[in-house]
Amino acid sequence: MLLSTRDLTKSFPGTLALDRVSFDLKAGEVHALLGENGAGKSTLIKCLTGAYRRDSGDILFEGEPVFPQSTLEAQAIGIGTVYQEVNLLPNLTVAENLTLGHQPTRFGMIRPRATQALAQEMLAGYGLDIDVRRPLESYSVAVQQIVAIARAVHLSGRVLILDEPTASLDAREVQMLFDVVRDLRVRGLGIIFISHFLDQVFEISDSLTILRNGRHIATHPAADVDRMQLITLMLGRELAEETAVRHRPEVTGTSADAIRFTGVGRRGRIAPFDLTVRKGEVIGMAGLLGSGRTESAEVLFGAVASDSGTVEDASGPVDLRNPRSAIAAGFAFAPEDRKTDGIIAELSVRENIILALQARQGWARPIPQAEQQRMANDYIARLDIRTPDAEKPVGLLSGGNQQKVILARWLATNPRFLILDEPTRGIDVGAHAEILRLIEDVVAQGMSILVISSELEELVAVSHRVIVVRDRQHVSELTGDDVSPDTILRAIAAPHTTLEAAE
Amino acid sequence: MTGATLLRRIAPQLLTLAAVIVLVSIYYPAFYQIVYVNDRLVGIPIDVIKRGAPVALLAIGMTLVIATRGIDLSVGAVMAICGASAAWSIDQGYGIGAALGLAGAAGLVCGLWNGVLVAFFGIQPIVATLILMVAGRGIAQLITGGTILTFDSDTFSFLGSGTLLGVPVPTVIWILTGIGFGLLVRRTALGLLVESIGVNLRASTLAGINSRVLLVAVYMGSGFCAALAGVIATADIRGADANNAGLWLELDAILAVVIGGNSLLGGRFSILASLLGAMIIQTINTGILLAGFPSEFNLVIKAVLVIVILVLQSPRIVPYLELLTTRRQRVKAPATKMEAGK
Amino acid sequence: MLERLLMASVAVFSLGAGVAGAQTIGFSQIGSESGWRAAETTVTMNEAKERGIDLRFSDAQQRQENQIAALRSFIAQGVDAILVAPVVATGWDSVLEEAAEAEIPVVLLDRMVDSSPDLYLTAVGSDLVHEGRVAGEWLVSAVNGEECRVVELQGTTGSSPAIDRKKGFEEGIAGADNIEIVRSQTGDFTRTRGKEVMESFLQAENGGADICALYAHNDDMAVGAIQAIKEAGLKPGEDILVVSIDAVPDIFQALAAGEANATVELTPNMAGPAFDALEAFFADGTMPEKFIQTESKLYTQADDPAGEYEARKDLGY
Repeated sequence: MLLSTRDLTKSFPGTLALDRVSFDLKAGEVHALLGENGAGKSTLIKCLTGAYRRDSGDILFEGEPVFPQSTLEAQAIGIGTVYQEVNLLPNLTVAENLTLGHQPTRFGMIRPRATQALAQEMLAGYGLDIDVRRPLESYSVAVQQIVAIARAVHLSGRVLILDEPTASLDAREVQMLFDVVRDLRVRGLGIIFISHFLDQVFEISDSLTILRNGRHIATHPAADVDRMQLITLMLGRELAEETAVRHRPEVTGTSADAIRFTGVGRRGRIAPFDLTVRKGEVIGMAGLLGSGRTESAEVLFGAVASDSGTVEDASGPVDLRNPRSAIAAGFAFAPEDRKTDGIIAELSVRENIILALQARQGWARPIPQAEQQRMANDYIARLDIRTPDAEKPVGLLSGGNQQKVILARWLATNPRFLILDEPTRGIDVGAHAEILRLIEDVVAQGMSILVISSELEELVAVSHRVIVVRDRQHVSELTGDDVSPDTILRAIAAPHTTLEAAE
Repeated sequence: MTGATLLRRIAPQLLTLAAVIVLVSIYYPAFYQIVYVNDRLVGIPIDVIKRGAPVALLAIGMTLVIATRGIDLSVGAVMAICGASAAWSIDQGYGIGAALGLAGAAGLVCGLWNGVLVAFFGIQPIVATLILMVAGRGIAQLITGGTILTFDSDTFSFLGSGTLLGVPVPTVIWILTGIGFGLLVRRTALGLLVESIGVNLRASTLAGINSRVLLVAVYMGSGFCAALAGVIATADIRGADANNAGLWLELDAILAVVIGGNSLLGGRFSILASLLGAMIIQTINTGILLAGFPSEFNLVIKAVLVIVILVLQSPRIVPYLELLTTRRQRVKAPATKMEAGK
Repeated sequence: MLERLLMASVAVFSLGAGVAGAQTIGFSQIGSESGWRAAETTVTMNEAKERGIDLRFSDAQQRQENQIAALRSFIAQGVDAILVAPVVATGWDSVLEEAAEAEIPVVLLDRMVDSSPDLYLTAVGSDLVHEGRVAGEWLVSAVNGEECRVVELQGTTGSSPAIDRKKGFEEGIAGADNIEIVRSQTGDFTRTRGKEVMESFLQAENGGADICALYAHNDDMAVGAIQAIKEAGLKPGEDILVVSIDAVPDIFQALAAGEANATVELTPNMAGPAFDALEAFFADGTMPEKFIQTESKLYTQADDPAGEYEARKDLGY
């Protein structure tokens, strides 16, 4: 065995994060670590990399007990880690990032040429054709990930831990990354892979280990398990609806109470488009990252003011100059990047939930404390937000729970039109299903929803119709039986497709 | 905030203040003596809460600005402008009402200027307020004509050196202002909204908070506090000194906010803790004067004390201190729980 | 304005009439950073006007390069003499040499330079130590042998006026064992700090009962301290003697009200002695001393303080 843990135990005040977990990683395998948020994946990784000190149990590296006290020591032993958010220095060059801490020097001075040569050597075999003299930030996240991997492999060389490496990559970039991973597997590295994207897990992994509530549940060869079994193991319960792919008929309804966007857009961000949002309708929006789908949402919410067109509803023109006016008009928007655009990390769950409602009421009319408590506890129960209490800073919750808090914030304003940009990204399976169920609930009550998602099956499952965005234009609208992952994919991929051609 | 959580929030500041007082009283044992003569309370503690008035007032506004992840370097210069405006107004014979109105308006206009630069032009707060910090004294000098503009108005100087029921008027002003701002931010939703934009401006704007207007309002609040401080400083010496009024006080105000345990990165804030910070600084200042060291040592002693205070409050040290205290608390754990339950 | 124009034309006319003496003089002033500096400018202009001198004034706004540029321009204009209040002590050699080559005498006002004395005609200034000594000697005679505990308000720590005025005062009271400085703190030359520090002195010295006299390094601090004394319920000028330095208008008001006892003048009239020296030099080539010390005149309540206030209040202090 390359790397093993034996009865690894770690507790935090009030919780047992790891309960006698044993885990084996072979050389030359990709081993997926799976579980809901809070199952103990991160804790296990942090014990392996020395970020946490274990309470008891052993970590064996090639059979020898090791005691890493820091990520540097773990690296020296041979264990390297690459995280979702690349933890390199974006304003340094690629070469400097690769060689930082071990630059070739002469008389204490760094030798730029030798540094670049070393960097090039380190990148050889990763299929990257980039200029190592340019700043890291001038390359895409995928390239940055691969640079981080190259650095980690160079420094440690035996075990590579990839923690949610694909969360912010598009499909092509994921393939680029996987090519690198497969290559490293052939070179005999042991790779621990953590991801919420089950498709990717099945695509790349040789073995799967499932954790739940800090316990080791099962380890299987990837080929022996199917999706359904895996989810059942992760959740510890059957989840009937999760994989049920179905689409709904178009909502025809009267257009009397619809919101009609005509020719809205923003130069340089998204070409003018028309959109009619009917009561109780779920509109899906598909497209690659950077295709203009988030830009569409921003225009619809007034986060970026439209520079053309009109917006009307039954009672006349709707003012969407800025988010405030959009919210006053009954709009709501859960953005893609929860950390920077969604949560107010330091504030409590309660304060995050009441924030939009409070902002709409104005500062002079504070929501009474008792009412705040009631609302917070109500939504914590309704959305199953996992938090010890309503006063916990929201930044300390897991991604899925943060997303639920943002949903609660908007539901509290009782909107008529809710825009969800990637509502399930980076969220564990349980929360994922709950959020989809929630969408159904609120739609049943007459709310209209626009969902942007990269997970096509999810889109197909919830949407009445799907709009496809490409190259900053709305290129097609799929309705009725045309809504399937296959048709969406073709509309996204087809060059120069028109609305007719897609049908 | 319940009583228990409030107490926990300001406990470090209360302990620090107590420690500094004990330290000063070692050098000056008569520290605690307060007597009542000529209709006024006299004693070192009274001096502290009177002399600390300008920094306390500035700290109130500064706390809010810092909570939005900003900083206001101009408050010292704004003090000079407002003091000069008030003195000019008295000198011209417009009366005390006009003087106060003019000073307040000048403070608000200065705050408006800073706020617009920060909120609408997106200039970094430290740079935006630096402009007025540099230019402000020039403006004040234009108002005073380059001299110390003295005036003779017992009503106006009452604001600087008078007493109410034996308590110095500046003390009454800063305490009332502190209570006023405290109620304003905590009895309305302003406090929450300010903290929100301080933690995450973008997300707050997307949640429908009118962040620009709120930012401008916060800087105007800081300008208003500086106006009050300027009026007190001017009334105190019966003259507007454009060069020296409020000189370097912006730094003491920032220090008060930091000693008050408020993060320069914005977010959660406590005005009460900042006011305690201001009193800690003033106790140190007064203590140094009383101790009778040669004046060459003044700044060094102050710096050493500030470093000690900040190190003891730093996040890396606190866990160790808590370790020491929790051991003791374990013995009386049930009692603490009872208090928390209240 | 019209008056000034007339004056100028009279000056030009008198030049034409061939009146002896320097007629066109350049004056490079540091700036107007203090009331005293502004008064110095006003007094210099008044002195020039009285003597029928065409004064070319240049305000350097605290920058040496502005002063050097002004001096070069004076040299180019061919003025008869140059007055300069140097903003810093070093870096004057080359421009002073240029003036010497053009045979234009230079007189330094108020501050010194590090250049060779050959490069300027003379320097006019006050002696800071002497000022302190005059204040100290006044106190010795005022208390007349009785026990006296003195508190001292120093200028900005480390500045030369603070060091020299402290030293001079100590020299002035050196022979008198009955006088003792019991507390000494910096008041930064400002009213606010003067008042604040005086308050702490009063607290520390038994409510002020143990203090016999206050010595302040400038009048502004004294004015602040006088307020502190009044607020403590004591009578400044009687319960506590007040002596300070500078003789700015506000201290004369205090003297007139009996709240201050004495001030030592730092005269803003540096130009008067400078013009005198230049006149003598042009008339018969008399070389003045290299340093002309201005008088450090002592003013007390007996010296018509109200009148002195009136004479000074419009000088720009």
